[in-house]
Amino acid sequence: MLPEIGHFSLLISFVFAICLAIFPMIGAQKKIVEFVALAKPLVYANFALLSVAFFCLSWAFYHNDFSVTYVAMNSNSDLPWYYRLSAVWGAHEGSLLLWVWILSLWTAGVAFFSASLDDEDVARVLAVMGFIAIGFLAFVIFTSNPFERTFPLYPIDGRDLNPLLQDIGLIIHPPMLYMGYVGFSVAFAFAVAALIGGKLDATWARWSRPWTLSAWGFLTAGITLGSWWAYYELGWGGWWFWDPVENASFMPWIAGTALIHSLAVTEKRGAFKSWTVLLAISAFSLSLLGTFLVRSGILVSVHAFASDPTRGLFILIYLLAVIGGALTLYAWRADKVVSTHRYKLFSREVLLFINNVLLVAALIVVLLGTLLPLVHKEIGLGSISIGAPFFDKVSSIWFIPFILVLSIGPFVRWKQDRFSRIRNKLLVGIVPAIIVALTCYLTLQINTFFSLLGVVLATWLAALVIYELITSSKNNPLPLTHWGMSLGHLGFAALVIGIAITKVASVDKSVRISPGQSVTVENYVFNFTKVEQFQGPNYSAYHAHFDVSNGSDTFSLKAEKRYYKMHSNVMTEAGINAGLWRDIYISLGEQLDGKAWAVTANVKPFVRWIWLGGLLMVLGSIMCILDKRYRKVLAWREQKTAQPAASNTMAAENAVSKVASDTVIEQRIKFE
Amino acid sequence: MTTRRQKRLYTGLSLILGLAVTVGLILYALSENIDLFYTPSEIIYGKKETGVKPSVGQRLRIGGMVVEGSVRRDPESLKVEFELQDTGPKVIVRYDGILPDLFREGQGIVANGYLREGNVIEAFEVLAKHDEEYMPPDLAEAMKGIKHVKPSENQELGYK
Repeated sequence: MLPEIGHFSLLISFVFAICLAIFPMIGAQKKIVEFVALAKPLVYANFALLSVAFFCLSWAFYHNDFSVTYVAMNSNSDLPWYYRLSAVWGAHEGSLLLWVWILSLWTAGVAFFSASLDDEDVARVLAVMGFIAIGFLAFVIFTSNPFERTFPLYPIDGRDLNPLLQDIGLIIHPPMLYMGYVGFSVAFAFAVAALIGGKLDATWARWSRPWTLSAWGFLTAGITLGSWWAYYELGWGGWWFWDPVENASFMPWIAGTALIHSLAVTEKRGAFKSWTVLLAISAFSLSLLGTFLVRSGILVSVHAFASDPTRGLFILIYLLAVIGGALTLYAWRADKVVSTHRYKLFSREVLLFINNVLLVAALIVVLLGTLLPLVHKEIGLGSISIGAPFFDKVSSIWFIPFILVLSIGPFVRWKQDRFSRIRNKLLVGIVPAIIVALTCYLTLQINTFFSLLGVVLATWLAALVIYELITSSKNNPLPLTHWGMSLGHLGFAALVIGIAITKVASVDKSVRISPGQSVTVENYVFNFTKVEQFQGPNYSAYHAHFDVSNGSDTFSLKAEKRYYKMHSNVMTEAGINAGLWRDIYISLGEQLDGKAWAVTANVKPFVRWIWLGGLLMVLGSIMCILDKRYRKVLAWREQKTAQPAASNTMAAENAVSKVASDTVIEQRIKFE
Repeated sequence: MTTRRQKRLYTGLSLILGLAVTVGLILYALSENIDLFYTPSEIIYGKKETGVKPSVGQRLRIGGMVVEGSVRRDPESLKVEFELQDTGPKVIVRYDGILPDLFREGQGIVANGYLREGNVIEAFEVLAKHDEEYMPPDLAEAMKGIKHVKPSENQELGYK
């Protein structure tokens, strides 16, 4: 019964989304108050209906209702309950349902927090988001219905969730990533609504900024989690593969990074207006493109799960409609946008502009590298692959100007400045940079030019960020956004240090080894003690035990090889001893003849810094959102809603929702 | 004061400069990093579309099915050798390292490596897919009509 209710709510929500896209938009254009007033109720109803649908599917998973095809394909009664729930987004249909549910969540968020905006403007924004929802709801309902039944014959047990996804990282990674992807739809909707309404002043920038920041924060968290998961779950110790599916999530991130910087200029100085609009459109378009690339299965990728080309066609048409429509609107309206703000060549505006140019350049590289194989094949030149060396080479050159501009930027004044004023400040970073570089060179044997340069520049950046924080907080307390910015930049420095050192100083050794033997990697002696058989809830496994020691530091590690019988799949669970300065990583290969096993032992210095960088960036974005001026927005809302008679309940609701959002953020921090 | 026109000029110039640098970098990096995809028959007879055969020493990507019973391991090290096939002739792949979890006889795999004399590919990377039913589209196209043995039917795994 519940799956039918879920399906039915999906259908009603589809109708509501159509109404939401049409009536409030007409109302806002023709000044029909009744139509404008429809917007918010429709949004809340949509959110409620999709929550019901999502709940119904989760219920079916929780209670092992294998009469639902999707559940039968992706779950099993032996699966622990938390994996049964995360299996909801373990495959195509459910992850799309999650997509639309998150979209409705963001839409409801916009409706709730925009009380102090003009009703007509809000109606336009919500209508645009409704339009986006139509496409995805149609996609879910017509091509990938998660509530389809297996009747009349249904299986006694399910096929089980893909073993790769049975992991804590994969419980949280997709929702985070989708929160980020879909979150950019808010900036997109604000931009398109502003184009339609013809009001491209600083207001729309001010309003879309916290939304963009939170979407960016979620996306950063999602990508970081994905990288961390790949590191320990795939068993080869890599943290980024430059795989098309990874690139698909990286492109919106680059566009989003450019967008949050350009939005800052638009809001504070009124410059770059049309550029910011274009970036807002691009960021969400790239999210859609990412969804298309992943879901259509046209990419050759290690991440590509079985998928259906007709679905790809649907998303492609939809993609063209949304992106084409938005860009046409932009071309038609953008000439009305005039930035009157003036600035000199050496000013913060120009440095931020260079930041944007560099980010867009990086975006073009990733886009080309991802799509070129596809184009190459479609025009009949045969299949090619563009591997990690290409991206590595480009990014190792790219980061040099980027990090230089990034470290200078915060010191330079808006509008105009003299280089002589900041020259001495920049020297502050040189001493720590040289010390760190020498230490790295002598102790970690980092001797390639680019990685040394990476360490030097990143240390210089970090030193300057800290120096800037100290000097500018001396006079007056800094706003939280300033702290957020500095944290984000420190995160980038940590990321660069982590990558530069791990790339060069990691040592791995693959050997054939039997219990009782040992292997030595970088002063660490790995003693293979024994192999045990183990029976998990839905898998059987071999546990290989190692005693690792380098004299001062002794610990034992357990690497695992699991066999999932439902999927007849073998999985590696790496044994990791994690540390801020180095990870010791053991992964078990296959069992060779006799007692011997193929084993890879790794020593990976500084690899944690990569995710530490991501974590710092997420914290930075949270601090920015918690800034006073955005809380003021909430306060306006309370004032406004306090006037009607029902003030008490509304204020209570506000408090509740504020508490709720705080706890959500707390949970995010805890998880990280 | 910078006039509006001057500002536009700077903007335009920096955009063009950025684009030029980007394109230059991309072309430079791409020139060494494109790997063509071949199936085993294409290595021997040349590409379907163009008829071009790979030259010895070329870096390439190959995809095919691991021929049943062809996997031979060195008893002392991790060196392994196996044959790949699609619909026609076989080629030999040599690899030194740990094979991925989903590597099986009778399964499709993709390898990156260099072509050596006598249709031998010296692989530096062997990939199998996340999903046991997934095949790279290129391979699926080439492999139509070939038996696909599921690992569950393979008795040699030794798992209980």
